[in-house]
Amino acid sequence: MTSITQSATDVNATVGASVTTATPSANVPENKHHADWRGWKFLWPFAAVFMFVFIIPIIYAIYISFFQHKMIGGNQFVGFANYVRLFHDPLFWSSVGRVALFTVIQVPIMLLLAALMALALDSMKLHGMKFFRISTFLPYAVPAVVSTLIWAFMYGTKYGLVGSLNSWLGTHINVLSPDVLLAAIGNINTWEYTGYNMLIFYSALSTIPHSLYEAASIDGASEWQIVKSIKLPELSGSLAITVIFSIIGSFQLFNEPSIMQNMVPGNVITTYYTPNMYAYNLSFSGNQSNYAAALAIVMAIITMAIAYAVQLRSMKDQMK
Amino acid sequence: MKFGTRAIAFAGAVAMLIPLAACGNSSSSSSQPAQEKDVKEITVWAWEPTLTNVAKDYEKKTGVKVNLKNVGTNTKEYTQLDNALQAGSGAPDVAQIEYYAIPQYAIKDNLLDITDKTKGYEDYYNPGPWSSVQVAGKVYGLPMDSGPMAFFYNKEVFDKAGVDATKIKTWDDYYEAAKKIHALGSNYYITSDSGDAGFFDSMTWLAGGKPFQTSDDGTNVTINLTGDKGVKTFDDFWQKLLDEKLIDTNTVGWSEDWFKGMSDGTIASLFTGGWMPANLANSAPEAAGKWRVTLMPTPDGKTANAENGGSSLAVLKNSPKAQAALDFIEYANHGDGVKTRVEAGAFPADKASMEADYFKDATTVKNSDGKAIEYFGGQKYNEVLAQAAADVTTGYQFLPFEIKARNIFGDYFGKCYTGNEKLSTAVAAWQKALKDYGTEQGFTVK
Repeated sequence: MTSITQSATDVNATVGASVTTATPSANVPENKHHADWRGWKFLWPFAAVFMFVFIIPIIYAIYISFFQHKMIGGNQFVGFANYVRLFHDPLFWSSVGRVALFTVIQVPIMLLLAALMALALDSMKLHGMKFFRISTFLPYAVPAVVSTLIWAFMYGTKYGLVGSLNSWLGTHINVLSPDVLLAAIGNINTWEYTGYNMLIFYSALSTIPHSLYEAASIDGASEWQIVKSIKLPELSGSLAITVIFSIIGSFQLFNEPSIMQNMVPGNVITTYYTPNMYAYNLSFSGNQSNYAAALAIVMAIITMAIAYAVQLRSMKDQMK
Repeated sequence: MKFGTRAIAFAGAVAMLIPLAACGNSSSSSSQPAQEKDVKEITVWAWEPTLTNVAKDYEKKTGVKVNLKNVGTNTKEYTQLDNALQAGSGAPDVAQIEYYAIPQYAIKDNLLDITDKTKGYEDYYNPGPWSSVQVAGKVYGLPMDSGPMAFFYNKEVFDKAGVDATKIKTWDDYYEAAKKIHALGSNYYITSDSGDAGFFDSMTWLAGGKPFQTSDDGTNVTINLTGDKGVKTFDDFWQKLLDEKLIDTNTVGWSEDWFKGMSDGTIASLFTGGWMPANLANSAPEAAGKWRVTLMPTPDGKTANAENGGSSLAVLKNSPKAQAALDFIEYANHGDGVKTRVEAGAFPADKASMEADYFKDATTVKNSDGKAIEYFGGQKYNEVLAQAAADVTTGYQFLPFEIKARNIFGDYFGKCYTGNEKLSTAVAAWQKALKDYGTEQGFTVK
C-alpha cells in the first residue's frame, strides 16, 4: 500500500518537475534522471528476459557467423566470407527452392481444407460435431516425431500400408520415390496442421453475432449467400495469421524429413534437403557451425521478409 | 539454428544433471583424482549389444553403475556426441567410436590420450585393430571388436536357386549367382544396397584401392578416388548389378524392412563385417538355422579382405570421471569383459580370443537375452571369420574427416540407386566435394 502511495507522490513530483521546466532551475536535470530510473524498475523483468531469450542469442549467432573454425588452424575471423560463400552455394539455394515450392503448394491446400472444415462445423448442420471437431484437431496434439513415424511406416513399399495396397491391387505405387517424396511429406504436414488452422478459423467464425444470421434469413438470404457475404469476410483476418504461421512453419521444415531420412531408400533425403537440415548437418557432422550460423541468419531474414510481404498485402486487402 | 543450439545445449545440460545428482561432489574431481573414488556411476554411449551383459557384470563386481545408453548407431551417435561436445555439457564419459572416426576425434582433441596407460598392449591385440586406435603414435582408445568382411548368406534360398555359395570365389561368380537368386521371384535379391559409405569403403579396400592418404602430422591429405584402380574395379562390378536390377535398392540398411527381408529370405546374403552374428540373432531371429558364413569373393579370386567397421571404446577428454571411465574400458576391452562379449557373438580384436576354443568352436550365438541360438545351423562360423581376419590387407587409410565424408556420401550416390546416374559420376562429384571440404578445413589437399 505504502509503495503505491509513494509512487503516486513521485508521479506528482515528476509532473510538478516537468511543469516547472518552463522556468529554468538547477534541480531539473536531476529530477529527469530520477524519472528515467523509475521506468526501468518496472521494465527490468521484461528487459532481462528479452535480452537473454531474444537479443543475446541473435547477437551471438551473428558474432560467430564472422568466424571460421578449421580442423587445422583453429578459429579465425573471416569477416563476411561465410555470407559470400552462402550466396554462391548451390546446395543452400536448392534447399531454399525446395521449401519455397513446398510452401507454395502445401500451404494453400492445407488452409483451404481447414477453411472448408471450419465452415462445415460452423454450419451447425452436422451430426457428431464435437467428435468431428476433436478428431480433426487431434493430429496436432500428436508429437511431430510420432506422426512422422506413423506415416513413414504406412508409406513403406515393402511391409507398409502402401506395400499391402500394391500387392492387393497389383500396382507399383511408391510414394517414397524422389519425384513424389516432397508431396508425401506435405501430406504429413497437412494431416498434422489442418486441425490447428481449422480451430483458428472456427473461432473467428463463432465470434459472428447471431443477429446477423437472423437478419440474413429474414431477408431471405440463401446459405451460400450467408457464407459469401458474412462468413468469408470474417475469415480474412484470421487467414492472414494462418498464412504467416504456415509460411514460417514450412520454411523451418526439419522434423519430418530428418526422421524419414533413415526410412527412405536411396538417400533421397539429402543432407541439404531443407535449409534447417543443411544447417544441422553442417554444424554437427562437418565442424562448420560458423557457416551454419550465417545460414541461420540469412534464412531468418528471408523468412521475415516473406512473412512481412504477406502481412502488408493482407492488410492492404483488409483496408478495402 | 540459433534456437536449435540453445535447445540442444539446454537438453544437454538437463541430461548432465541426472548423473551429477547421483554422484554428488565428483563433478569437480578432474583436478583431484582422489575424489574419483566416490564415483558411483559412469555414462557410456554405445550401440554394441554385447556390452549390456558386460555392464551388468561390471556393476556386480565393482558397484559402479554403468549407465549404458544407445543414442544411435554410428553417425547418429557421432552427431549426438558432437552436439554435446559443442554445447560443452551432456557428453558421456565413454563413447563407442569406430576406427574410421578415431582420427577425426583425435585431431579435434576430444579424446583422452591413454598412451602411458597402455604400454605393452600391442602384444594383446591384433595388429589391425591396435593400429586403428592410434593416431600419429598416440593411443586414443581400446579396441572393442573388429570387422573383417565376410559373406553371410541364407543357405535355404541359395539351395533353392541351385547356388553353392562356398564356390563363389570371384566377383563374376557372384554376378552369376545374383541372376539365379533373382530368378526365384521378382522380390528376391542376392543383397540390398541403397548407398552406404562404409560398404563402399570396404569394397574398394578389398579390391586393392587406396584412395585416401594422410600424412603423419595429419595436415596433408591425398584424395584420389577417380584415379584409383580398386575404386574403378568395384564401380564396374556394382554398376553391372545395378544396371541389371539384381540388387534390392528399395530397402534401407538397418531398417525394420531390412531385417524382415533377411528373415523371409528376400535379401539372400550380405557382405558385411564379422560383428554381424549378434545383430542377426537379435533382429532377424526367425531365420535362425538358415544362415551360413563363407569368405568374401574377390575381383580375381585371389586371397584378399578388408575391414568393415569395428569399433573401440574411448574416454572423452572432458570427462570428470576419467579414471573410473578408464577402469571400465579396461575391464570391457582388456579384461574379463572381452570373454563375455566374444561369447555373446562379438568379434574379437585380441589375439588370445581368436585362438580360444570357446571362440573357435562356437556354433551358437547369444542374443541380448542371453539365450544361445544355433543361428548358423551348427557351422563353426568363427573359424571362417578368423580366416577372414587373417586375410585382411593393410595400408588402407581413412580420411581425417571421414564422418563428414560419410555424412554427404548419400547426397552424391543416392541418384545411382533411385535414378540412372552412374557410380563413376557420383565418385567424381563426391571427390570434388571432399577436396573442397578438406581445403576449407585447413588441410593441404592433393
